[in-house]
Amino acid sequence: MSETVVEISGLHKSFGSLQVLRGIDLTVERGDVVCVIGPSGSGKSTLLRCVNLLEQPDSGKVVVDGTELTDPDVDIDKARRSLGMVFQSFNLFNHLTVLDNLTIAQRKVLGRNRDEAERIAKRNLEKVGLAGREQSMPAQLSGGQQQRAAIARALSMDPQVMLFDEPTSALDPELVGDVLGVMRTLAGEGMTMLVVTHEMQFAREVADTVLFMDGGVVVEQGPPEQVIGAPTQERTRTFLARVLNPTGDNG
Amino acid sequence: MALTRRQRRTAIRGTQYGVLLVVILVLVFATNWGDIQRGFFDLDAARQLFPDVLSVALVNTVKYTVLGFVFGLVLGLVLALMRLSSVPPYRWIATVYIEFFRGVPALLVFLAFGFGVPIAFHIRFTTLSTVVVALGLVGAAYMAETIRAGIQAVPTGQMEAARSLGMSQLRAMVSIVIPQAFRIVLPPLTNELILLAKDSSLVYLLGLTGTEYELTKYGRDAMNTVQSMTPLIVAGLCYLIITIPLSYLSRYLERRTGGKSKRGLEVLS
Repeated sequence: MSETVVEISGLHKSFGSLQVLRGIDLTVERGDVVCVIGPSGSGKSTLLRCVNLLEQPDSGKVVVDGTELTDPDVDIDKARRSLGMVFQSFNLFNHLTVLDNLTIAQRKVLGRNRDEAERIAKRNLEKVGLAGREQSMPAQLSGGQQQRAAIARALSMDPQVMLFDEPTSALDPELVGDVLGVMRTLAGEGMTMLVVTHEMQFAREVADTVLFMDGGVVVEQGPPEQVIGAPTQERTRTFLARVLNPTGDNG
Repeated sequence: MALTRRQRRTAIRGTQYGVLLVVILVLVFATNWGDIQRGFFDLDAARQLFPDVLSVALVNTVKYTVLGFVFGLVLGLVLALMRLSSVPPYRWIATVYIEFFRGVPALLVFLAFGFGVPIAFHIRFTTLSTVVVALGLVGAAYMAETIRAGIQAVPTGQMEAARSLGMSQLRAMVSIVIPQAFRIVLPPLTNELILLAKDSSLVYLLGLTGTEYELTKYGRDAMNTVQSMTPLIVAGLCYLIITIPLSYLSRYLERRTGGKSKRGLEVLS
């Protein structure tokens, strides 16, 4: 039943003279959870942002759900509907209530009427544990609540794939669990997910595939027990040693 | 003579108050209070101004200002978007416009629209449309820069989130970025409204009929009738009725939005 949802091939991206992505190939099957790990500056966030063309790749192809997003003749606004994105800094619309955050794109982009949009929004808020916070403003929510609302906002568009760009990096440690819990539930429901993360435990337990990126290339890729459990590459080992033992005690 | 620090402080403080007292006394004794009162604060003359100074002049000033502001706001928004456009000619046009209208005195714009344009194009504007257009053209140049700064102050993540939900650039701008930008620029826009209220006085150049009088023209006219500066004082006070509440509103909005953005930053950090 494997069906390719995201296919990336030969992806290159530079910022000025800095080569951030140097030929990335990646396929994601429907229902897969792919976690991208790697040191900061390795290009993993840029890779994710290239998938929905928030960054325009210099060369290479991105195909999502049969549509080639990198084709200049493709309606990118329409293509993006099948891709939900969750940002490190949440990016809830600060001037709108939580409910309006979840309904505005449904109504303006998908053309749903208010009742339908609100019904879907409430269902998704309940799913992320924010039932009852419909009328709150984003600034009144904790970081963890904001991020869960942002996940619910993306889900309300019925995406085929969810992209997570370090969704817990901006959170206080005690709030990380709630967000990861929601993501775990999503994965359990069969959502296709591409997750850039530093949460090794999450990657180990939830991912079907783990990608280790460094210097703009995929260094190692495979099931988590292999990439995280028994890495074959020296760079992967060095990175994991630092991440899993962050006290600075190298003894 | 060696003064202690305390003594020196007392001496300096004493001298400062002493100088102030002398200046005030000299003014009080050298002034002819009768003349001043007749010239500036003639209550009988002031009484004759009511109710016209409020029902005609103040109303007209408010009308010219508000309409000019609305026109300027719309034009300013268009110019701000042109300044941020990815199409270079739009940016150039907007930049030239802004530099020109910020750089020339509002007086010249009023003259041009009151006399120059009607002669050149053989059309006649009503007074109202002339003052609204002239005020709006000048105000738009200032407001465009304010609005542009406001749009740029909205975090790029807001635009990215909107685009990632499938909104077009235009839709994201209209529904997400501009509403937030306006919250940011509300205090400076209020200040712009104050400036326009005062600039509306320049309409007196155009030759107004009685029902079109605004505060300054009304005051100048009445000054000749009653042979006293009192009407100008009354007109001035009427401007303050408009501007002081606005400047308090502006300060209030500034505090409110200031507090809000601080909270926003806390969340991000």
